[in-house]
Amino acid sequence: MSRVGILVFPGSNCERDVFTVLSNFSGLKPELIWHTKNNLGGYDAFIIPGGFTYGDSLRAGAIAAHSPVIRELKKIAERNLPILGICNGFQILVESSLLPGALTVNSSHKFVCKSAGLVVENNSTPFTTMFKKEESISIPVAHGQGRYMIDNLAYRKLEKNNQIIIRYAHNDINGSLNNVAAVSNEQGNVVGMMPHPERAVRIRSREDIRQEGSGSGIFESLRNYLL
Amino acid sequence: MSELTPGENKYLRKKLGRKPSAFELEVISAEWSEHCSYKSSKKLIRKFPNRSKFVISGLASDAALLDIGLGYVLAIHIESHNHPSAVEPYGGSATGVGGVIRDIISLGARPIALLNALRFYPLDNANKRYSQGARWLLRNVTKGIADYGNCLGIPTIGGEIEFDHGFSNYCLVDVAAIGITKRDKIVRNRSSKGDIIFLVGGATGRDGIHGSSFASKKLSGEDRSAVQIPDPFTEKLLMEAILEAVDRGCVNAMKDLGGGGLSCCLSEISATLSKGLEVDISKLHVKEDGMLPSEIIISESQERMLVITSQTNQRYLTEILRKYDLSYSVIGSVIEGKNLVIKYEGDVIMNLPSELICRAPLINRGSIPPKSRSKDRILYFRERPIDLYKSILKVLANPNIASKEWIYEQFDHEVGIRTVLKPGKGDSSVLRLENGKYLAVKLDGNSKQCNLDPYHGTLCILSEVCRNIISTGGKPLAIIDHLQFGSPENAQIFWGFKQSVRAIIDYCKFMRLPVVGGKVSFYNENNQGPIKDSPVIGSIGLIDRPEWIMRPGFGSEESIFIIGNTKDEMGGSEFYETTGHAGSGKVPIVDLKSDMLNAQAALRLIRKNVVSSLHDCSKGGLAIALCEMAISGSNNFQIDLSKIPNSCSSISNLLFSETASRYILSTNNRKMVSTTLSAISGLEFSEIGKTFNKGSESFLYHSKLNSPVILSKKGITESYKNIGAIMERRSF
Repeated sequence: MSRVGILVFPGSNCERDVFTVLSNFSGLKPELIWHTKNNLGGYDAFIIPGGFTYGDSLRAGAIAAHSPVIRELKKIAERNLPILGICNGFQILVESSLLPGALTVNSSHKFVCKSAGLVVENNSTPFTTMFKKEESISIPVAHGQGRYMIDNLAYRKLEKNNQIIIRYAHNDINGSLNNVAAVSNEQGNVVGMMPHPERAVRIRSREDIRQEGSGSGIFESLRNYLL
Repeated sequence: MSELTPGENKYLRKKLGRKPSAFELEVISAEWSEHCSYKSSKKLIRKFPNRSKFVISGLASDAALLDIGLGYVLAIHIESHNHPSAVEPYGGSATGVGGVIRDIISLGARPIALLNALRFYPLDNANKRYSQGARWLLRNVTKGIADYGNCLGIPTIGGEIEFDHGFSNYCLVDVAAIGITKRDKIVRNRSSKGDIIFLVGGATGRDGIHGSSFASKKLSGEDRSAVQIPDPFTEKLLMEAILEAVDRGCVNAMKDLGGGGLSCCLSEISATLSKGLEVDISKLHVKEDGMLPSEIIISESQERMLVITSQTNQRYLTEILRKYDLSYSVIGSVIEGKNLVIKYEGDVIMNLPSELICRAPLINRGSIPPKSRSKDRILYFRERPIDLYKSILKVLANPNIASKEWIYEQFDHEVGIRTVLKPGKGDSSVLRLENGKYLAVKLDGNSKQCNLDPYHGTLCILSEVCRNIISTGGKPLAIIDHLQFGSPENAQIFWGFKQSVRAIIDYCKFMRLPVVGGKVSFYNENNQGPIKDSPVIGSIGLIDRPEWIMRPGFGSEESIFIIGNTKDEMGGSEFYETTGHAGSGKVPIVDLKSDMLNAQAALRLIRKNVVSSLHDCSKGGLAIALCEMAISGSNNFQIDLSKIPNSCSSISNLLFSETASRYILSTNNRKMVSTTLSAISGLEFSEIGKTFNKGSESFLYHSKLNSPVILSKKGITESYKNIGAIMERRSF
């Protein structure tokens, strides 16, 4: 059993969803970790779920990024353990400099919740090996501050290092630079993504699957990586 | 500031045997406001049927509880925030959401879904100033609801919206919430002497002073100070802390602070518990210094909850509140007797029986039927295919009909990973439940029809909301209602209210549906007078199996059937609205027997697994329902209109009449559908056409038309996106 720690901050609101989904994957044992815990030893991977930590005060993720648990997480990141930030989790990783770039207010100035077509650009991270390169998938988004921004020089570096993991298939989501939806750090073990893979996983059999997306690939990849 | 009527003043003096103090007057006038006391409506709404084998009764609480099996219980509640939203749409709508969420939490249930029903002036109309105002209201109400629900991680899964000339400079914002818990976790509201009273959450400030009195008057001027300030982050912490405390058994009784603030909360919980309470209000954590005792007691500051715990559990409760960094004050304790004792800095400033405060003297309002509201005259339209097509596009583009995508995309409708049918994807929204079943839920309203005939208009809404549940595969389980009218002091308006109440009683008794929750909102008036009668009805239903969940999208090569008869019932229709004949015609009459028969027929087909798509036929009429099914399934249709069971005097009436109790469905098994429906005696139905994928046009044939009405797929799809087009347009 691989232990996956789900970091919970005041205002996180997708931790139970991620927990439920991970519980359905044999081989993964999810555990909720309250943000005041200062020892993260014993876990094999970490997920920072979505939500509105600290009510998005200052900027989304800005306050959570300065909490003690993130200081611990930075040490973990150096040890090459897989870390995934989803939505607000991505925002926290960017604010804490574990990932490059910034996430700002959507170009529409509105929150957007809908299914998003995506293209997998890099299938060698711990979270994307189950996809083919250039595979078209669909996973819902739900965010108000998901517009990925970075300066040109740094962007070219990201492209060169294969750090752009997933892009939006169309430019109608949030105005992200070159449709960036997910990026990784240089080593590729820390990944942040705006779409919510836990919302695109079959929960119960016999349900109509017409609307379902391809989120399970993200968690299957993690399981295969950890096994 | 006393808001009591001379009669109430007299009654109070007699009860007290003395003149009330200024402080007592503040407390009592908050509690006796129409908003808190239901003094005009209570006698009437008491007659609603409210029992069924699902309803858990005997809990005097803010929300209703339904037993859905396997130990799980659903809580449901509806609220409005009309006055605040009309003057400060962002804060008003957000705090409305906050209030209804706390009503669910106060039972110990976790909120799992939010819905809303909204009413505005038309977005793009001849009166530029009113339309501009309506767009401003819609933009900010949407954002207020979104920011609050999204932050809490409670999905806003559906709702209903209407644009009408009756709402100039005003809006109606109704929000409903659903929660779930285990039966053994329900907060029972039992307490004993010595229990400790906590006030948890937001600090008390001067915001929202006289909010409920404000909501019990006509809107005059813009009294913004009466609008509360939303803080969803605090509510999120409050919710998590309270649910954790309930889970650990630290809560003996609990109530949220809403309209009327602490005064209503304390007196009502004291009456519920049949226990006395002693509270020192100088112990509250406050936002600012120098607040008067009367300001503290009636402040409607948000995100506050009153929690009563035992002396033993006090320690655990405090531990949980500290974990979430929540502010709280220990303000008093449960005492002998049934009085509410209020102290300030140790001195008793009020000592009255809670029952006296809670039980406002009820009022018998007069009611007079108004002169007939509808001018019933026969109208003639040109019945050329090209004109009919143009009319269809016009009705589709009407924001009352058009897709609500622009609105619901701003709501996180998926958090919680249980939204199986998302907004826009089905006639009602469907949630996955822990007990293996599915919940269908919907709100509906129709002020156009109610304005012409409040009795039959309300029946139409009830029929429609149940049809919406059935069209997704659900069997209606219960009804909630929100009755929104002008001033009850106006006998004609009160007549409308009574008609609406009578319709609910008649429908629910016939269908054996309990009314499990509701709200009455009077004094909805703007500078042009009262709003149109606007009851909003909600329904929830259960779907036992995933394969019974129904969607409206046409597949290809399927046979199309209609269940139900179509009549010349154009009153309050969207077609008359677009042709400028609003106010004319007969409102659809719901025949309860065939309403039930048609519903049973639809459910029987669903359970035989022969239905590919199913849609309720209501607002906009038959033509619109067909277009919606085509757009949703991205397929075309051809219909022989002369095959439709009807008694219509014209083709346009056949296409646009909003006759109740109709369903349209498509199937791959026309034989089985036909046989099943033929076996139901007295059922009116027929096979009317088929679906296909080829090409990009749909066709409506009729023997009286020389050529068919041809509908372009692109034309109908584009018209249907009109709300987004209006809201994103730069110039008007």
